[in-house]
Amino acid sequence: MNNEEKGTGSEFWIKDCALAILATGRRAQTLRELRDSIRDIHPGSIYHHFWGALLRPQFSDREFNNDFASWCYHSLHDSVVAERLAMIDPADYSDMEALRQELIGIIEERLDETEVVSVAKPDQQFHFARSVIVVFDTHRRLYHPRELVEAVPQMSAGTIFYHFIDARRREPIGVDDFRAWLMGLGPGYQPLCDAIAEIDPYFESLYTLRDRLTEVFARFLTNAPLTPPKPVGKPASGERGATRRQSRAGEGS
Amino acid sequence: MDQSSSGGSLLDRYVEPAGPDAVAQLRQLAELLAGIKVVHVNSTRTGGGVAEILEAIVPLMQDLGLDTRWEVIEGSEDFFTCTKSFHNALQGKSLEIPSSFLRCYEQTNAGNAERLRTVLEEADIVIVHDPQPAPLITHCPNRRGKWIWRCHIDLSHPYRPVWKYLREFLTQYDASIFSLDAFAQPMPHPVFLIPPSIDPLSEKNIPLDAETVQRTLAEFGIDRERPILLQVSRFDRFKDPLGVIQAYRLATRFIPGLQLVLAGGGAADDPEGEVVLRDVRAAAEGDPDIHVLSSGHYSDRTINALQTGADIVLQKSLREGFGLTVTEAMWKAKPVIGGNTGGIRLQLMNHRTGFLVDTPEGAALRIRYLLADRRRMKEIGQNARELVRQNFLITRHLREYLTVMVSLLHGTQDRIELG
Repeated sequence: MNNEEKGTGSEFWIKDCALAILATGRRAQTLRELRDSIRDIHPGSIYHHFWGALLRPQFSDREFNNDFASWCYHSLHDSVVAERLAMIDPADYSDMEALRQELIGIIEERLDETEVVSVAKPDQQFHFARSVIVVFDTHRRLYHPRELVEAVPQMSAGTIFYHFIDARRREPIGVDDFRAWLMGLGPGYQPLCDAIAEIDPYFESLYTLRDRLTEVFARFLTNAPLTPPKPVGKPASGERGATRRQSRAGEGS
Repeated sequence: MDQSSSGGSLLDRYVEPAGPDAVAQLRQLAELLAGIKVVHVNSTRTGGGVAEILEAIVPLMQDLGLDTRWEVIEGSEDFFTCTKSFHNALQGKSLEIPSSFLRCYEQTNAGNAERLRTVLEEADIVIVHDPQPAPLITHCPNRRGKWIWRCHIDLSHPYRPVWKYLREFLTQYDASIFSLDAFAQPMPHPVFLIPPSIDPLSEKNIPLDAETVQRTLAEFGIDRERPILLQVSRFDRFKDPLGVIQAYRLATRFIPGLQLVLAGGGAADDPEGEVVLRDVRAAAEGDPDIHVLSSGHYSDRTINALQTGADIVLQKSLREGFGLTVTEAMWKAKPVIGGNTGGIRLQLMNHRTGFLVDTPEGAALRIRYLLADRRRMKEIGQNARELVRQNFLITRHLREYLTVMVSLLHGTQDRIELG
């Protein structure tokens, strides 16, 4: 989206997204096979197994923040490598290749220290998938942060995913779109940004995340004046809200 | 903000069960596809899971502004005998299919193509369900749209000669859709994964009043005042009805008032089913609290009433596809104890939405655990309903169809930004 295309300067453009999941046909039954496939699997598959899980069926509290860790724990019964893999924060990595190398490093470390090869049951193999993310405009705009109090509870899971999860890897600064917008509106929103930062995005369903964001926005913004704030300085990414920032086209997502 | 927007449409009826956000999202996604021509093709208008899904999805697609048609191919008895054999072979049964049947299969599709060619060639998206109409694509050389093969069958271990024969037709498609990754086969085109769903407004799933439930239970001599376990499934060894009886017996040592309902039926044309049913009756003999309901076909409303009236629903399968009976029970806020297999694993999370078990002993333990703490049982049931609301309703199924269509029409790159 062209920065100058629409908007007057400080509005937040609400977008939504939906995932189509694609099978890759690649499977793993042992830790070694998992490592071998991770070496050359499509980068979109690594994205999918870290982030896509949030748009798939799950109950609120997830035990592991990525599919690799979960499979090692539940199907290989190797809690050591599962715990190590679960500590990876994907937002720490600049691109999928860096994240891929980290995964391989952790798995190789575990392969070096174990003599017994764990094998998953045939019907519990790891299936590598990847996803196509379709992003679309809801045609809704927010002109003041206080509008978040009413808007967030009505957002779809796809909208929460796009603005709160996907933004972390979409944008170079690695934060969600809500904080990116608020940071651009002045230092007065710093306490709110800090409260948003405390919400761990990887362990809860998108609906629970929506509830938490709703609670935080209500706590900080219910009595905020409705005068549209002016953007200050040159924010890292929030001046025009989410759509100001470009996705990194061409990079394997 | 009114996300459900206009009143009175079919889609509006899904606002209550699925949520206004889900319905609004469907409308926005469908705007990207407004006016496109979509044709679904299968082999029956009534009966079976595919027709059930199309009955719900086709009107919803029309309501969303997609010019959607549902076409059904016609065939002789030999044709359907042949496709029934395909079905069994694709699920792993080794059987040879006579070449006369294969000729009939191909000729039937050629005949249907004559009738449907114009509609199919003009469509933007054609979704062909299961193997019966698969060869239609070979008779539509001037097709302008994208053709998708939607497989509702578990293809994880197909009988190879039959798969090899059918694959020749299927590789001509632009994409395939399977229900689970474990069910998929490698293809030379994109293979999408879309789990099945239930329709919350169907007879099987609409909320029933207490009187209807009570009347149904009374009709079968089931006492509503005592705990009820229920398993709804064919009398098939893979559904492990004998294991369910064993679990019930183990649990009755601690809960003497327990009742078990095994509702199946339709075994008359299935010799193996007859044997299983006989074994089940023998195992249940002498216990008036085991109700084996097998006398023919039960209406969707009857099954709904049994599920609504049960305290715990079991689906102790040893092998299972997706397990939509699990989804149906969860939608009725029932805790489900299911076999640790297939799609049941996607739906049941221990202590949260139900329990996965590997043995009759495991099932008995979970029955005791749940009945000992009614408050916990209710909580798990509510969680189960919420999981289904978020993930397994037809609105999600429809959203994924729309997403697949958008991605095929815009090229399946990783990220498509529109609007």
